[in-house]
Amino acid sequence: MKRDIILAGVGGQGILSIATVIGEAALKEGLYLKQAEVHGMSQRGGDVQSNLRLSSEPIYSDLIAKGGADIIISLEPMEALRYLPYLKPDGWIVSSCKPFVNIPNYPDIEQVLEHIQAVKNHVLLDVEVLAKEAGAPLQAANMVLLGAAIPMLGIDHDKIVAGVERIFARKGEAVVAANIAAIEAGYSASKH
Amino acid sequence: MKHLLLGDEAIAQGAIDAGLSGVYAYPGTPSTEITEYIQLSEKRKGDEAKDKIFCQWATNEKTAMEGALGMSYMGKRALVCMKHVGMNVCADAFMNAAITGVNGGLVVVAADDPSMHSSQNEQDSRFYAKFAMIPCLEPSNQQEAYDMMHYAFDLSESLRTPILLRVTTRMAHSRAVVETMDTPREQNELSAPENTNHFILLPAFARKNYAELVDAQADFIQTSEESQYNQYTKGSNPKKAIVTTGIAYNYLMEAIGEASNTHYPLSNSEASILKITQYPLPKALIDQMVADGAEEILVMEEGQPVVEELLRGMVPSSVAVKGRLTGDLPRMGELTPDSVALALSNSEASNSPLPIPELVVGRPPALCQGCGHRDMYAALNEVAREHENAKIFGDIGCYTLGALSPFHAIHACVEMGASITMAKGAADAGQFPSFAVIGDSTFTHSGMTGLLDCVNSKANVVVLISDNLTTGMTGGQDSAGTGRLEAICEGLGVEKEHVRVVVPLPKNMEEIKQVLREEVAYNGTSVVIARRECIQTLKRHLKQNKK
Repeated sequence: MKRDIILAGVGGQGILSIATVIGEAALKEGLYLKQAEVHGMSQRGGDVQSNLRLSSEPIYSDLIAKGGADIIISLEPMEALRYLPYLKPDGWIVSSCKPFVNIPNYPDIEQVLEHIQAVKNHVLLDVEVLAKEAGAPLQAANMVLLGAAIPMLGIDHDKIVAGVERIFARKGEAVVAANIAAIEAGYSASKH
Repeated sequence: MKHLLLGDEAIAQGAIDAGLSGVYAYPGTPSTEITEYIQLSEKRKGDEAKDKIFCQWATNEKTAMEGALGMSYMGKRALVCMKHVGMNVCADAFMNAAITGVNGGLVVVAADDPSMHSSQNEQDSRFYAKFAMIPCLEPSNQQEAYDMMHYAFDLSESLRTPILLRVTTRMAHSRAVVETMDTPREQNELSAPENTNHFILLPAFARKNYAELVDAQADFIQTSEESQYNQYTKGSNPKKAIVTTGIAYNYLMEAIGEASNTHYPLSNSEASILKITQYPLPKALIDQMVADGAEEILVMEEGQPVVEELLRGMVPSSVAVKGRLTGDLPRMGELTPDSVALALSNSEASNSPLPIPELVVGRPPALCQGCGHRDMYAALNEVAREHENAKIFGDIGCYTLGALSPFHAIHACVEMGASITMAKGAADAGQFPSFAVIGDSTFTHSGMTGLLDCVNSKANVVVLISDNLTTGMTGGQDSAGTGRLEAICEGLGVEKEHVRVVVPLPKNMEEIKQVLREEVAYNGTSVVIARRECIQTLKRHLKQNKK
């Protein structure tokens, strides 16, 4: 088993929480893991990404080579496109379709989405609406996206859910339930 | 026990488990998490615990280095952490600690930032180890980073020298599973050095110490040659050899492992490989590589071409040394799996399968919405525009983003503290008005001495201290002068009536502009403190109070 994943978004959107849950589940599975993060100045509303590598064999590089990523998971559609050179030809893009506009020259969103749709394997979701429909707070939108990526992760659905339970346990039952509802919403939306 | 740790956290846990007594540091990306991890671990221990580890932030890297040397003097193990440019700030103490030597183990961690993700240059700290003539360690992965802390303290105590441990961004900020010891080693007992002359660098004593340091070089090299952390493997085609340092080894192994299924034709997998993670360079291993027939050596190192240059003086001229200087690897920036794989291939790499669509635009970082620096710049820009040629000298922190849209406010930003002294120099040259913008933490780090220069020459400058009560850019660490900035400025000799305080909020815009105008009109040194808590730490504090 080997999955190279690029997590993308805008500083503050919560991509590292996605990485934390996948990481927790992967460790429990006894997988090797490497996860390179971005800290510091680039967090201030700029583009952020994390390279997450999972494998049943030892992993050397902290970074994914171009053309090597199995999945791009992005909380922002234009940010998904920024890492296209890293995607394998048959790789997946799982992205929120909702633009995060904090720059004056943000491109036409329809064109952005068309570029994503031009990639053979893609899932585009309005994760905020799905979170709301599932009765989860806006902050759980990132878990909707994670739920949508489960079919491509190579880690079972139940094991990701168990990871969510462990990660959010100290925040109380209500938070765990909301995040699991968000995961399920993304999971079923992605399967359809 | 197995833990998922950042490289920085592995270093921190490694130091704790090696019997650390104190960490001395100033925050700086990518090194900050080392000290934060130790602080958190101390907090969990509780106040009652014995064997506390000192872990309060220092005012700057120089005071940190000196504090650590003092702790080492008393026989205990001390750690100093900083980003690469912090090495410049502590260089005086660092260089001379190599001359005094140590009593308790002393390890200096420098986190370099090639590609300048969050820095103003990409200087390579290995030069400092060579400059000071002390051993340097450069772990290739998180487990090694953990293990090496124990090794580093042992090495420091057995060789009686400080050790520099150098990491780079991808090591500092990448997580992996790390196996740790079950119980930490005990801290050292308090014990002053037997011979205090070693720590008195009068020329007569210093000459003796320096001679000892020069003599010790052979030992340091031998230690490197015998170290488990330096490994030479003869290849099936030893005419070709590859030398890696630090994490470059990972990119090499990745490329070799992937050779069968990537678009890079790999031609060097039969090459001899010398993996270096300890310096000075292991001469015997390099000699062996040459004796085995190496005709071409490709050097892969993160940062500047330190080893590439050194090797040229160590191997016969008939041996070709390749790397960043020869264009086989990029001259600048961090290594990537792609640049390494490309250097290994004989042909141009096929292009990546998919290009970035042209419509994708940059998304630069920006000051947070609601940040006090924004209101400070809004007022300052308006007052500055009332003059034909106002110059605003910036400094290092979130407020450096004032250089970008929409403010375009600052005209210089060089290094910690330079805003005040450059504004002074510009005023000395005849510039009017001359402004400095500096954060509270940067001011206490390196701005206070410059302000004293201003006072002493009655420089006509307006120093704006944008006080957000924290060290914001690195994530909100304590700031050394919080609550005492007015007293510090007055103590340095700024006249009381020219130390002004404003609250940077849109509703106070007229008042702030008026204060700035008055201080521009004053022919002398003024300080305007714009004080409002960082919006990020405010949110955190409100959340904590709710609980």
